[in-house]
Amino acid sequence: MLGYTLKRLLQMIVVLGAVSVIVFLMMSFTGDPVFMVVPIDATEAEIAQARRILGLDRSMPEQYAIFLKGMLQGDFGRSYVFREPALDLILERLPATLEIVVVAMLMSAVVAIPLGVYAGANPGRTESRAIMTGSLVGISLPSFWVGMMLIFLFAVKWNVFPSSGRGDTVEVMGTRWSIFTADGWHHIILPSLTLSLGTMAILLRITRAGMMEVTRQDYMKFARAKGVSRRGVLYGHGLRNALIPVVTIFGLQLGDLIAFATITETIFAWPGLGKLLIDSIYRADRPVIVVYLMLVATIFVVINFLVDILYTWIDPRIRVK
Amino acid sequence: MTEALLQVEGLRTHFHTFSGTVRAVDGVSFAVGRGEIMGLVGESGGGKSVVGFSLLGLIDPPGRIEGGTIRFDGEDLTAAGEARMRRIRGREIAMVFQDPMTSLNPLHTVGRQMDEVLRLHTDLDAAARRARSVEMLESVGISRAAERLSAYPHQFSGGMRQRVVIAIALLASPRLIVADEPTTALDVTIQSQILKLMRRQIRERGASMILITHDLAVVAEMADHITVLYCGKVVERGPADTVLRRPAHPYTRGLIDSIPNPALRKERLNQIPGMVPDIRNLPVGCNFRDRCPRATALCAEVEPALQDRGSGQWAACHHPLDAAP
Ligand SMILES: Nc1ncnc2c1ncn2[C@@H]1O[C@H](COP(=O)(O)OP(=O)(O)O)[C@@H](O)[C@H]1O
Ligand SMILES: [Mg+2]
Repeated sequence: MLGYTLKRLLQMIVVLGAVSVIVFLMMSFTGDPVFMVVPIDATEAEIAQARRILGLDRSMPEQYAIFLKGMLQGDFGRSYVFREPALDLILERLPATLEIVVVAMLMSAVVAIPLGVYAGANPGRTESRAIMTGSLVGISLPSFWVGMMLIFLFAVKWNVFPSSGRGDTVEVMGTRWSIFTADGWHHIILPSLTLSLGTMAILLRITRAGMMEVTRQDYMKFARAKGVSRRGVLYGHGLRNALIPVVTIFGLQLGDLIAFATITETIFAWPGLGKLLIDSIYRADRPVIVVYLMLVATIFVVINFLVDILYTWIDPRIRVK
Repeated sequence: MTEALLQVEGLRTHFHTFSGTVRAVDGVSFAVGRGEIMGLVGESGGGKSVVGFSLLGLIDPPGRIEGGTIRFDGEDLTAAGEARMRRIRGREIAMVFQDPMTSLNPLHTVGRQMDEVLRLHTDLDAAARRARSVEMLESVGISRAAERLSAYPHQFSGGMRQRVVIAIALLASPRLIVADEPTTALDVTIQSQILKLMRRQIRERGASMILITHDLAVVAEMADHITVLYCGKVVERGPADTVLRRPAHPYTRGLIDSIPNPALRKERLNQIPGMVPDIRNLPVGCNFRDRCPRATALCAEVEPALQDRGSGQWAACHHPLDAAP
């Protein structure tokens, strides 16, 4: 297990190294950042000096080495816009995004798994058909529309949830969180719900497909022949056997929501990563974009690793190699 | 005479599928005495497994028990609710399935799957349940049983897994075991070991067993009584010796002739000609007539009823074998 973990860690480092090269190259081919830092009326000499300060006058390998060295020390440079370290900007926003994403993922799982189990175990029933139709709707509705409808209904019409912002926050472990205050929760519900619908529908369909396969297996009938209740058979024996694809999709969706919560964050004026990313792209704030891309790559790689560990925990036949 | 442990009367289990009603079991009657092994035989598709699942109340939609009674120790199981059936499954009637590779949950340890039965059906505490599981594994011939409790099914061979399945079935001391083709999926050498094990366990515990198989050789070795099923109906039943030595129904004869065993084979090995008719579309009259060497016009018109042939033997045939054709 330890050997496996080390091997995977090494793998993760290689992947992140590759990502850093791609990010570096992408950045080098998308315009000259020097014009982001010098005043509009800068002279040739001033531009050349700025270029020297930024290290842009060196060869590409040299520039990459500097980029990498800085990155390893946690130094991604300062935001051209905010004049603050880019990493700090991102880390400041990350908790806000994590909050709505984690809540959204939990909502999805809590709703999707029982419904998926039901629909998979009783494929012919009217209720199951209704669930499946509902999930199709969930997949097809664009999240910006869902978000706006939720705001219209719950914030404007009935006035039960606020339409924007994070609400009260408290400081825990050096960062500010809404999830630990009642008012914060009040603000989290709508954006999380908006984020969760698509994932909910996908998880539901995956769970159902798995359960349909699993309910046909002999061990399910054998468990019933032992006297286990129907519910006990479905959840105690069936669900775990259907879980591998569910966990896979869960991991992918988790990474996806963290990386692309942008639209929802914009609609709800949620001060998370997405909003920062959009602003940075508009202003060509290269260091912030770099941190963002590296962070997202890291998150995907880590989730992937955790999902692989989960596989071996779910199914003893899957050996870590 | 004491009442039989299990008395099935006119059992009808049908499946209502899109392509029509499958009368998988259609008016089946038989009895299983206390301490007796009853062989339920017939070709594949004859309805043997459906009979087994009907006994345990494990027929799922679109299937349904349409009629008949299943009297177990005096209680009619067709009238029992799901809660009652849950207490019967595993505790009173246990089942052994055909394929040991698939009947154990691959994600749970053997110990956990055994413990589950004891948790459901006994008041034993964890230590006592564990001790009982170890003891049971040892009695079905699994060595280092205590260690094996924490192993997963894939770490056992097929024969060993079937031993585990048998151990699970026996754990709560059921009075009836329904073994559905328990050796069909196993190597020939292991088959007879498993059969011997099952017979010894059943006899030692004074339990009864319904041994479902398409292989008459297995039944010849094991059973006290035989019930022959064809297209969901009983075509012959009686004491094993009698039925094997003097079969009355041509179908039973055909099954016996296709046993590759010189001790029982009368003529050369031959399969029953023709195919089992489509069960959704059964002919009028005798279901076996298209494959039967003795069939006459009568067989195409009137379905033969089960008739007493004396000494406990019954057969449903217009032209039984020991009578003139
Ligand atoms: N779930 C089901 N749906 C429809 N038909 C079924 C179902 N289960 C069994 N049958 C039908 O019932 C008949 C008897 O099947 P089975 O009892 O499995 O035969 P055997 O065990 O003797 O080989 C077969 O024709 C089979 O197609
Ligand atoms: Mg069968």
